[in-house]
Amino acid sequence: MTKTSEVVSQRSVTRSKGTTILGAGVLVGVVIWLFLAFVASGPDIRETADGNTIGQFDAVRLLYIHVPLVITAYSAFVVTAIGSLMVLIKRSVWWDLVAGASAEIGALGAALTLLTGSIWGRPIWNTWWEWGDVRILTTLVLFMLSLGYLAVRRLEGTAEVRAKRSAVVGLLLVVNVAIVNKSVEWWADQTLHQNSTIAEGAIADLKAFTLFFSIVLGLAAYTWMMIHRFRLAWLERQYDRFGIEDAIAVRRSEADRVMQGDSQ
Amino acid sequence: MTHVPYLVAGYGISIAVIALYVVSVMRRSKRLAAKVPAERARWMTGNDADVIGES
Repeated sequence: MTKTSEVVSQRSVTRSKGTTILGAGVLVGVVIWLFLAFVASGPDIRETADGNTIGQFDAVRLLYIHVPLVITAYSAFVVTAIGSLMVLIKRSVWWDLVAGASAEIGALGAALTLLTGSIWGRPIWNTWWEWGDVRILTTLVLFMLSLGYLAVRRLEGTAEVRAKRSAVVGLLLVVNVAIVNKSVEWWADQTLHQNSTIAEGAIADLKAFTLFFSIVLGLAAYTWMMIHRFRLAWLERQYDRFGIEDAIAVRRSEADRVMQGDSQ
Repeated sequence: MTHVPYLVAGYGISIAVIALYVVSVMRRSKRLAAKVPAERARWMTGNDADVIGES
């Protein structure tokens, strides 16, 4: 390795001009998002016909982080499923790494979805957790399944066997995403959740814009993290392959030197 | 503003966890980048291993 390549590699090898621009855009987006969520948009306060005041009040602002986390996690698992399918069809290393990287971000998103949902549920539903709620339960299953997928990737076996069995679990993730998404319709009497707020137009004006902005920002942040995580996965793979080869080469050359010394 | 503790917890924990994850990815990348030659550190340069199980 040359000195120049060492210096280049020790800087940030996962960073590129594109990710720098995207990352800067996400950071600017975060500032705008916080302004929209906490300053520009107001609390959810509605008056009933008999003059009472109802609504989520300022707790509605939690939806500007909860909903993008949900959609980011869904998207991440869809990407994992696409990657898994491509692994089974093409035995593609690239797709295998994409699937693994996306699942890790998806697991993080699913965990934070459950957490922010719980924090939102306490003031709105008067409970941190409701075991009888089918959406909460299916989201928990999705999170556990994503952890299972990540665990399966680390099991012993040849690269081909590991890729194939994790791809099968990866495909199950997208099935579960569909179940989570449709759960409030299929088991409408077993959930505290309402149907899709966006699809039914139940949210409007600046609140709707803030929600859409937060979703776009969430997906942009996912893309940025995904590129970095994929490049890290590639580095891990290269180190696993060539790191061992390099070590064997060093041992062989040492053995050769010893043999030559004995023969002299 | 109502529900301030919930807002602080929801946004604070989420942003902190994501930031920690990003820092962890960056640190791991930096550590590995020092061990992998630059010419094969990026996928674009590593076109020798496109198929699983073949190298």
